[in-house]
This record gives sequence, structure tokens and C-alpha cells, in this order.
Amino acid sequence: MSSHESLLREPLITGKHITYNKITEDVLKPVENAPSKEWWMGFSVALLALGIWMISSYNTFWNGLGTWGLNKTVGWAWDITNFVWWVGIGHAGTLISAILLLFRQNWRNSINRSAEAMTIFAVLCAASFIFEHMGRPWLAYWALPLPNNFGPLWVNFNSPLVWDVFAISTYFTVSLVFWYIGLIPDIATIRDRANGMRKKVYGILSFGWTGSSRQWLRFESISLILAGLSTPLVLSVHTIVSMDFATSVVPGWHTTIFPPYFVAGAIFSGFAMVQTLLIITRAVLKLEEYITIQHIDLMNRIIILTGSIVGVAYGTEFFIAWYSGVEYEQYAFINRATGPYWWAYWSMITCNVISPQLFWFKKIRTSVVATWIISIFINIGMWFERFVIIVTSLHRDYLPSSWAMYYPRWTEVGIFVGSLGIFFVLFLLFIRVLPSIAMAEVKLLLKSSSEIAKDKLRAEHAHDHSPAQETVAGKVIIATTVIHNKKDKND
Amino acid sequence: MTNSKYILGIFDDPDVMNSGIDMVNNAGIKIHDVYTPFPIHGLENKLVIPRSRLPIVGFCFGLLGFCTAIALITYTMGIDWPMDIGGKPYLPFPNYVPVTFELTVLFAALGMAATFFWVNRMAPGISPIIMDPRSTDDKFVVALAINQTKSEEELNQILRNAGAIEIKVKEV
Repeated sequence: MSSHESLLREPLITGKHITYNKITEDVLKPVENAPSKEWWMGFSVALLALGIWMISSYNTFWNGLGTWGLNKTVGWAWDITNFVWWVGIGHAGTLISAILLLFRQNWRNSINRSAEAMTIFAVLCAASFIFEHMGRPWLAYWALPLPNNFGPLWVNFNSPLVWDVFAISTYFTVSLVFWYIGLIPDIATIRDRANGMRKKVYGILSFGWTGSSRQWLRFESISLILAGLSTPLVLSVHTIVSMDFATSVVPGWHTTIFPPYFVAGAIFSGFAMVQTLLIITRAVLKLEEYITIQHIDLMNRIIILTGSIVGVAYGTEFFIAWYSGVEYEQYAFINRATGPYWWAYWSMITCNVISPQLFWFKKIRTSVVATWIISIFINIGMWFERFVIIVTSLHRDYLPSSWAMYYPRWTEVGIFVGSLGIFFVLFLLFIRVLPSIAMAEVKLLLKSSSEIAKDKLRAEHAHDHSPAQETVAGKVIIATTVIHNKKDKND
Repeated sequence: MTNSKYILGIFDDPDVMNSGIDMVNNAGIKIHDVYTPFPIHGLENKLVIPRSRLPIVGFCFGLLGFCTAIALITYTMGIDWPMDIGGKPYLPFPNYVPVTFELTVLFAALGMAATFFWVNRMAPGISPIIMDPRSTDDKFVVALAINQTKSEEELNQILRNAGAIEIKVKEV
């Protein structure tokens, strides 16, 4: 425990009076008290959207896919756009909870819980579009490897759509297991503070967790291995999603760049959604001491990186279309930028390529309001990216006599707006009944990375009058002393 | 484990508890278990808990998933109903990498999670022995079994010296 972190690192928990108990109290405040007015307002709006989803889905299932704006040229449009958008959003949660765990990035500890909840709800929304776009969702089991009634004909394991069935369902299941196992110690905390019915319910949900040293040892072991499994899993999921397009022969889809390009885009959009959600959550639930400006800053840096990868990918696609010498491919890209859907293309470029570059400025990167606004832009831009890829490639391909335009009808718009409703209903219920911050993991940081720990360390150093070459517990502190002096000057 | 008596030393700081555990260990007293609100690294060495074998379990289940996927795909695509797709091979294994990978991960994760619950004796509805409810909040509880060579008072004294802020006896 006595491993002190360098003073160079910004504290991950701010606030002067943080104790273990205060962490519990702060995080559980929304769980143990009646919800605030803001929560009810948000929940009402989300329920309204959920109602729209129900009506639109009813219309789709009762009357069939003819209620959508699809035609024989454009057979995939909003449905798959929304599907890919939601799956992509989910990826940031896994990146934060798994990949950053493997890289020992401690700043993930206070955001991983809600980010992973976001993953699960986003994947649920994505899955809902799979069922919606089937037209006959009661036959969804046809996608599973079951012998059908007309002979032992199986699903075709050569098809990326079958890979997708396996990828999405595995991703959802593993994320859920990972998330829930992480939740158990915190649910036990709620159980041990509650009485009556609440104690019973949280007791059942806590699976009988005691926090004994053996349980913790196994807990850490399974968390690490699940993180190790989730890391290639999350990369595989969006790779496979991209192969739904890339293995076809449609101009604009048939490119080998798709897997890395889609994965980068997924992480990009997912982090934007994490920002959108957490900036509101931290303010409404008063968790600013745990989800600090530094967290927002670090996430914005990931957004710059992935956003730039996406930008380079757009350029590469365009270049390769020209360089390939394939006329159809060239036309697909010219048509994207200058054809009837030019506005979608340029919305995408503005939102995804230009807006994240503003994060190079530290003022913008560390501004809550600016980050929130840009994160909304990115969410919109990433939706347009999928729309552009899907619709502009389909609406004009090899046979000009089959060219057509696609316009959404209210049912499709309703399902999309409604899926936001599903997502926010689930997310708001989550922050109401479960701890939105992984308390145990944040408590782990209190002694090493919190502001009070750093202040204490600084005070200890101030007492050592001999400036250099002093060693504390075998550790040379020259560097930290120098930094400290520099900081004083800045102050 | 019926009717055993434990003496609990309750600490409010993990560092104090860590050095306290050393003192208890030095006094030659066996620690029953330690209950903490978050994982304390290095505790497994002090309490001589062997490394968790969950990674091995994960590997075995992963292998099972891998074999299941290969068996399923080979049977359906190559034996039961081979399809001639443009004269290509019946079993193009590169095409089967994604599904094989997903099933490997799925089996490994689910198998490991089930084993985790099994060895921890965890399931919905189990009512555990909670030594002190504060141990999931901000207290660190060191539990010593009482039926040892030392008397209750001696254990009490050792825990006090070790830095426990509170001592209590728990019968389960």
C-alpha cells in the first residue's frame, strides 16, 4: 500500500476530506436516497422516447418492413446505420474497463463502471436493430446453427453475418459477466448498509460476497483474465461488423482498410458518448471529486488520437479509390462527396475530422462545456459516417438503371429516437439502483493517487530541509523535490 | 464451521493492518481470514494463500470452446451437409477463425466465471457469514479463530498492540 505515486501525476481523486467512508457515502448517495428532480426529468423524457420506440416497433412488426423507406436498391439504411453506431459506442466501455486495466491506467477506476454499463446498454440497443431489420423477428433463431426442417441444412459459417451473430452475442455476454462480477463487491457494500427489503434484494444480488482475502485474490485474478479476453474480443467484434461490408463486392465497401478503420471509429464514438454521459452524470450526482477534469482531459486525448486515425482513414479510402483505377470505386467516392448525399458526407467530415482537432488546445480539452458540445458533434458525425458508408454505396452502384434515392419514413426515425430512449431509461435506472463508480477500485487509489495523499507527500518533503539526494524509504526524491519547487513558483 | 468463535481485530487503515498482520504472524498466531473493502496487494504472501488457479481453468474452458467450435463447423460444413460454393474447398478454415475465436472466448469467460462463483461459494441467495458489516465500507477486519493455544485475552492484547482500533468476538 505504501507505494507512493510520483507527484508529477495529477491526482485522480480531488477534494480535501476524502476518506474511505466518504467515498462510499458519495457514490451511494443517489442509490440510497430518493432521486433528484433532474433524474425524474431525464427519466420522463427517456420514457417518452421509449414510448415512441414501442409505437414504431409495433408498426414495423405488425405491418412489415414496407413501413420503412427502403427500396430494392437501398435495402440497408437507418437500421444498420443505427446498429453499427450503437455497437461502436459500446466499444469505449470495454476499452476503458479492459484495455486500460491491462495497461495499468489507474484513471480508469472511477469511470469504468458507468462506461461499461454504457457498453451493455448500447449493445442491447444495437441488438434491437438486428431484430428490427429482420422483418420477421420471430424467426431470428434461423441465425443460430440449428438444423432446419427441410433437411440438415445449417447456417453458413462462411458468412460474416453468421460471424456477427456469434460476435455480438459473445460480446454482450462477456461484457455482462465482466461488469457484474466487478459490481458484486459494491453491491455487498449497499447490502451491508441497508435494512429490510433492500438488504434482502441487494443480498441476493451480491451473491454472498464477504470481501475475504481469498475472494479478493480470485476477484483480481478473474478481472485480469476477463480483461485479457475482452481486449481481443472487442477488437474482433468491430472487425467482424466491418466485414459485413468489406466481404461484399459493393463499391465503397469492398476495402481491406475497414477493420482497423471501424475499430478506431468505434473507440472514437464510444469515448464521445462516455463524455456526453459522464459530464452530465458527474454534475447531477455531484461526483466531480472522482470524475475530475483530468479524466475528461485524458479521454479527450484518446478522442484526438482515434479521431485522427479516422480522418486518415477517410483520406486513405479516397486515395485508394483513385489509385485502384477501378471506375466504380472512384465513382462511389466522388458521389459521396459531391452526389445527392453530399451534405451527409460533409457533416461527417466536419464533425469527425475537424471538431476533435480542437482538442489540441488545452483550454478546450479541459473545458467541460466545450468537451460536451464537441462530444455531441462527434456522436452525430459518427452516425453520419455509417449512414454515408451504407446509403451512398448502395444507392448508386453498378447498374445506373437501378439507381435510387433513400428517404427515411417516420417509423425508422421513431425507432432510432426510441432506441435512445431504451438506452437512457436503462442508464438512468442503473445510476439510480447501482453504484455508478466502482467504489472498491477508487478506494484502492486513495492512498496513492488522491489529492490528500499527494499533499501529505508534499508536506513530508517540505520538512526535509536538505534539498537533494535525500532518500525516503529507499526512494530517491530528487525529481519530486524539484517539481515541488517549480510548482511553488507557479503558485 | 458451526459454532466457532472468532476474535476480530478491526483496523481503519490498510497500512496499519498490514504491519499489524506481520505482528500477529510473528507471534505465531494463525489468521483465519482478513476481510477488506478493497483488495490489499501483498496480503496473499502474508496469509500464505496460494496463487489462484483461475487462469488455468480459463485456459481449459477456452480450449473446450475452441474444440467445440472446430467440431461444430467441421461437422455442419464438411460432413453433414457440405456445400459446393463455386468449387471452393468445403472447409476453408480461415473463414472459420472468427466463430472459433468467439466461442473460445465465450467458453473461457463463462467457464471461469462459473468456477469463480463455485470456489468462492457464491450464488444468488447465499447468506454469507459477515464478520463485521463495516468491512465492505471502510474497515479492515482481521479474524483469528479462538480455539488456539493462546487465550482470548492474549489474542486481544496482540491485536491491540498490532494497532486494531476495536476488538470484538464473533460467534458463528
